[in-house]
Amino acid sequence: MFKILEPNKIFQITSKAPKYILFLFVVVLTVGLTEALILSPEDYKQSDAVRIMYVHVPSAWISLGIFSSITLLSISGFIFKNKNFFLMSKSLAPSGFVFNIIALVTGAIWGKPTWGTWWAWDARVTSMLILALFFAMYLIAWRIYEKEEKVFKITTFITVVGIINVPITKYSVEWWNTLHQPASINILTKSSIHSSMLFPLLLMTAAFALFSLLIFLMKYNTELIKIKNKGLDRL
Amino acid sequence: MINELLFMNGYVGYVMSAFGFTLLSFLGLYTITKLQFVKEQSKFVAKFGSLNPEKANSAKKQRINKEILADATNN
Repeated sequence: MFKILEPNKIFQITSKAPKYILFLFVVVLTVGLTEALILSPEDYKQSDAVRIMYVHVPSAWISLGIFSSITLLSISGFIFKNKNFFLMSKSLAPSGFVFNIIALVTGAIWGKPTWGTWWAWDARVTSMLILALFFAMYLIAWRIYEKEEKVFKITTFITVVGIINVPITKYSVEWWNTLHQPASINILTKSSIHSSMLFPLLLMTAAFALFSLLIFLMKYNTELIKIKNKGLDRL
Repeated sequence: MINELLFMNGYVGYVMSAFGFTLLSFLGLYTITKLQFVKEQSKFVAKFGSLNPEKANSAKKQRINKEILADATNN
């Protein structure tokens, strides 16, 4: 069923793709940074501090998306007994973790001029911190356990427990009275953000998504070569 | 316009440190991932070179091994 996902076939594409993705990332990031730092307007309330949104929001979106993806891939790995799903899941985690840290740090930097504090034990901020801990546990588990069966079970368990935190993070601003502002962008209803700010935000999100794809491909190729190295040892 | 970019109404320190942290994190993650990739690739090429001709031929039959070697040569 998943013959197309066989490492032997996939490496042909994944080994060549990074250089094109890197080029595209640099182009989109350059345009995104120009829009975010120069061309987009300042906010009537937050003034130029609003520009932090262009790195904070895409990082948060992507880290949540990556955690959901690694959970889905880990569960699929168990259901379909396909090792490659675990390999993909493992390759996605480092960029997810880094984006989560970026969201937390840039959120703290944004918090100082807008809330008057670097940190608040607010529901959204705390749930993002918990997500970072789940990412860290997931990555550490891959380093600690060497037996494949054991590491597959433990990492899947971590993601299944951790995924409960994803909807909590998403809806925390609606369920609790928080310092964090509610979502300005909504797929189902009309967004409250103006198009002059939405465009750079989407551009930066595209750039960040390309970067996570680039890291995923490089990490995935590294993992495949590691397996092949073990194969050569057995010859 | 340059003044606006340089001062950002007093928020330049916050804005630039947020963007700077993000870009430095990108650079750090990219460098670490690239170094890990190059390390594994070099290990593979070295191991492949130490194989006897018979084993090397058998290993070369696998398409992925050929791809890794070709990629290492190109880099």
